[in-house]
Amino acid sequence: MSEREIGARRLEPAAIAGVMSREVANFLTFWKAVTFSSVLEPIIYLLAFGLGLGATLVDRVGGLSYVEFVGTGMVATAVIFSSALPAMFGTFVKERFQRTYDAILAAPVDVEELVTAEMLWIGIRAGVYGCFPLLVTMLFGLDPAPGMLLVPLFCFVMALGWASFGIAVAASVQKIDHFNYVTTLVITPLFLVAGTFFPIDGLPEGLQVAAQFNPLHHLVELVRHSAFGFEATDLLRVGALAVFAAVMWRIAVRRMERRLID
Amino acid sequence: MAAIEMRGVVKRFGRITAVDGLDLEVPEGICLGLLGPNGAGKSTTMRLLTGQAVADEGEIRVLGHELPAQAKAARALMGVVPQLDNLDADVTVEDNLAVFARLYRVPDVRSAVERGLELARLQDRRRDAVDDLSGGMRRRLLLARGLVHRPPLVLLDEPTVGLDPQIRTELWSLIDSLRGEGVTILMSTHYIEEAERLADEVAVMAHGKVIARGTPADLIARHAGRETAEVYAPPAQLAEVRARAEAEGLSVRPAGPAIAIMGAERAPNGAVPEHAVRRAASLEDVFVLLTGEEAE
Repeated sequence: MSEREIGARRLEPAAIAGVMSREVANFLTFWKAVTFSSVLEPIIYLLAFGLGLGATLVDRVGGLSYVEFVGTGMVATAVIFSSALPAMFGTFVKERFQRTYDAILAAPVDVEELVTAEMLWIGIRAGVYGCFPLLVTMLFGLDPAPGMLLVPLFCFVMALGWASFGIAVAASVQKIDHFNYVTTLVITPLFLVAGTFFPIDGLPEGLQVAAQFNPLHHLVELVRHSAFGFEATDLLRVGALAVFAAVMWRIAVRRMERRLID
Repeated sequence: MAAIEMRGVVKRFGRITAVDGLDLEVPEGICLGLLGPNGAGKSTTMRLLTGQAVADEGEIRVLGHELPAQAKAARALMGVVPQLDNLDADVTVEDNLAVFARLYRVPDVRSAVERGLELARLQDRRRDAVDDLSGGMRRRLLLARGLVHRPPLVLLDEPTVGLDPQIRTELWSLIDSLRGEGVTILMSTHYIEEAERLADEVAVMAHGKVIARGTPADLIARHAGRETAEVYAPPAQLAEVRARAEAEGLSVRPAGPAIAIMGAERAPNGAVPEHAVRRAASLEDVFVLLTGEEAE
């Protein structure tokens, strides 16, 4: 590719692939630890909530056993924790401490390509790791269903949005401690009112309406429907995830341009 | 065609003007040393040239590309060696090189990696994590990473800052070999010896602009004459000597516990004390005289 061709178009695949190859090279140095926690965490949750709570206090929820209810809901939890948090911390560390972005942006890569590559890579990772709770729940008795083949795709789209959210947050805070505000005020509430551990139709009406604006809730519903039968409104849910991802992507690009280019 | 052309470039950060009407032209094939004290605007100039900073005023062209509009195309032709080590510490030496070969769209990544390993003299450490390398090895790798695509223009931002003398000399040899290959080099430094050893021309920067430029010999002849006299004495006596020399129109600068009188060869009788130590004028004399800062 000549230098005239480089920079002639936006979002060059070669630039995005180059940045992703860096992510892959780094990931290969720590994949065992990530995989270990991705497998073990859903097992612990299912033992605690599914077998503990399910065996003593809750029998069935919405026609599902509590293990099936929690196991399918936990996919969304896995996705947000494997996308928003790595994006927040990873971006901040690479920008502020490792100066990785200075090196990348000295090469023929622009901020939009950098953000897109990071978002895609986290999306792929979360698309894979998001499925682990579903696989673990199968060990606890969940029956496989053809619709589940779409779960990695749902997780991928959802993770694009949360990865972009994390990147945008990292580009907006001055100190790494400020992430505490975001996890406490945004991530934890959204994760708790997504319908993972209890159905949202038992919440006050206002919170039920608010849950419709929670992208995680739509992922929870999509995953449950993939296991027990899709509904017509699921297309709207997929659309909502895609719109969330697109909006967060543009915000992340804008925030990172302001952070990285003086 | 000049490799780098900067005209009237201004860059402000809030109320601070880091680069203040900078005019700088770097002809192809030379090594230009950008010499200046900390805060002179050298690193900002480097960031302006890579498009990581956008000028508030002025024009910048790099290898025929207008910046910032064509910054990406310009960066494809540039190698950048940063002041701070930003290698991926957990990743192997060869993967560090391979990633940047891809980022620079090198068609044959494997050959580029081999070339980089050879340049950094790290063939036998190729599969080691960067974290396991010594400081000198990491610096050589950083340089090789910036050259992985064989750029015709290289920006070196304080390439040897904080290194011990032996590693510094090693890197100087590497940089010198680039000059031999006709690569255009813009090297910011605040080490006088580095500029003297490597640069064909030196531009002295202070307060965001170039205040003097020429070959080291030119600059010395123009600003410091042929001979410098260093006078060691108690402070009160130094003040007297200084006043006398300045009254005769000679330039005087502090030199640690002493003062240095420049152009001592043309000093009238009595302007330079008998016990002064006379030596050839140096680039350090010029630097301190022009910037008012002690040299390193």
